[in-house]
Amino acid sequence: MKKIIAYIALAAGLAFGSNALAQDKPAAPAVDAKPAATAPADPAKRAAAVAAPAAAPAAATKPAEPPKPKVDKGDTAWMLIATALVILMTIPGLALFYAGMVRSKNVLSVLMQVFVCFCLIAVLWVIYGYSVAFTGGNAFFGGFSKMFLAGVNADSVAATFSKGVVIPELAFVAFQLTFAAITPALIVGAFAERIKFSAVLVFLVLWFTFAYLPIAHMVWYWDGPDAITDAKTLETVTAAAGWLWAKGALDFAGGTVVHLNAGIAGLVGAYVIGKRVGYGKESMAPHNLPVTMIGACLLWVGWFGFNAGSNLEANGTTAMAFLNTLVATAAATLAWALIESFGKGKASMLGAVSGAVAGLVAITPACGFVGTMGALVIGAIAGLVCYWGVNGLKRMLSADDSLDVFGVHGIGGATGAILTGVFAAPSLGGSGIYDYVANKAGDAYSIWDQVLIQATGCITTLIWSGVVAFVAFKLVDLTIGLRVTEEEEREGLDVSSHGEGAYRM
Amino acid sequence: MKQVTAIIKPFKLDEVREALSAIGVQGITVTEVKGFGRQKGHTELYRGAEYVVDFLPKVKIEVAIKSDMLDQVIEAIEKSANTGKIGDGKIFVFDLEKVIRIRTGETDADAL
Repeated sequence: MKKIIAYIALAAGLAFGSNALAQDKPAAPAVDAKPAATAPADPAKRAAAVAAPAAAPAAATKPAEPPKPKVDKGDTAWMLIATALVILMTIPGLALFYAGMVRSKNVLSVLMQVFVCFCLIAVLWVIYGYSVAFTGGNAFFGGFSKMFLAGVNADSVAATFSKGVVIPELAFVAFQLTFAAITPALIVGAFAERIKFSAVLVFLVLWFTFAYLPIAHMVWYWDGPDAITDAKTLETVTAAAGWLWAKGALDFAGGTVVHLNAGIAGLVGAYVIGKRVGYGKESMAPHNLPVTMIGACLLWVGWFGFNAGSNLEANGTTAMAFLNTLVATAAATLAWALIESFGKGKASMLGAVSGAVAGLVAITPACGFVGTMGALVIGAIAGLVCYWGVNGLKRMLSADDSLDVFGVHGIGGATGAILTGVFAAPSLGGSGIYDYVANKAGDAYSIWDQVLIQATGCITTLIWSGVVAFVAFKLVDLTIGLRVTEEEEREGLDVSSHGEGAYRM
Repeated sequence: MKQVTAIIKPFKLDEVREALSAIGVQGITVTEVKGFGRQKGHTELYRGAEYVVDFLPKVKIEVAIKSDMLDQVIEAIEKSANTGKIGDGKIFVFDLEKVIRIRTGETDADAL
């Protein structure tokens, strides 16, 4: 009964939160579509070069007739590898990263939560997740036309960001599955060491359904560029796209959809569930930092699939995203280690890997839009800001976000999303916004306007995900309860929730 | 008979064992322990969280000896475990009432 009321409340909350924002991966096709052709500005070359060859034949013949879509074996192979890399990020990467940071009595519980979360979302994704996120519906939710992947088979194709280039839809389904699965898994770090296993699973189903799917739809859903030939067709495609995509928000690989989204949900969770027993009094030091380091490195390697794979093709932009992911992370690591040396006197291993993850998070929305130097700056800034996120800000928030999901992913995601608006500017070495009507990067780019759009995206995600997370946590708390008992918590979740211990020595 | 218990720095264990063997001590019991004296602990930082580690790892050695060896044993430990820095540890001396060798049933001096 309470539950039903809560469901109604949840639905109402969702309808209400319709403020959103959007970001999208590639370029925001719509906002300022100026059909006027301009000479390719140099920073825009890369993006322009990508789409130009494919579009050229079409322009030569009849502009109204889109080029015949073609599946490329190289693109397909790359997307499948990228998908496997994102799985490497999650299990084992993220799982080990988190596992090393908890106390030795809770290590299995965290591994288990990440592992089972991944499997749970994978199943939900093919049942209804893909359909709700990536089919047309309204600006906030997709439809149910591809429930159980109806109609999706080996011959189906999905659009990319280049006209006339498509990939097998099943590859797209699998690739996006891994994104959907890692995002809820990130949240696990915020309430680690005290939550009931069943509560994690129920919460994740609710949050995935009512926060991840709509936000992914808002930011990433569009029909693809093939139908765009003039301002009118552009308008049609934009009108059918997700809310934030249509606004022109840039989110190449998920700064808001994945990281800010998970970060805020984690923070809300940390508040709702309360602090760990003994927090602030007993030592809760990480039990095995080498494991955390291994996890962070697997995250870094896997992130190439996440970021570079988000281009959906294997081309120059993919290489750009790859290199950006590499250097931003390095810059963020150095920045964190430096500020820690100055601030605390010593540069720590945990600090270095935290810096790396902060850099990875921040470059995620930007990697396909900014130049290499822009990536360096974004990484360095993210290292410094996230350092503050897990120190000063954490004390101000006074929540027991066990593994700093908000401090690193929330703050890093927001920092990256905003800075994407800055460094995507052609004047700062970025590739600008691709104009699918002129088939080249648009010349007009206002940093300020884009930053405002990016901020809209962040705020929408914060509110939407925060509200959904709050309602979902409360629902779970009222029904099955969020926390284990104090005795179970003291004993450790490994034994009390899973009946096994991690180490026998 | 005396029992000598010493708390020493872990890396000094081998030297102490050699020094004791050299003067004829037949057996030593070693335990890894944690504790603090005047040295106190140190601070560890994990992101924003600061933990004061009060208890430092030390090694406790115990030897049972005939009373006439006491001065030699104390001297051996004192010299071999000394670094001159704070945290070198302490030696405690107890009277030992009775010793029994389990295998043979021998007692006291015969059992040492």
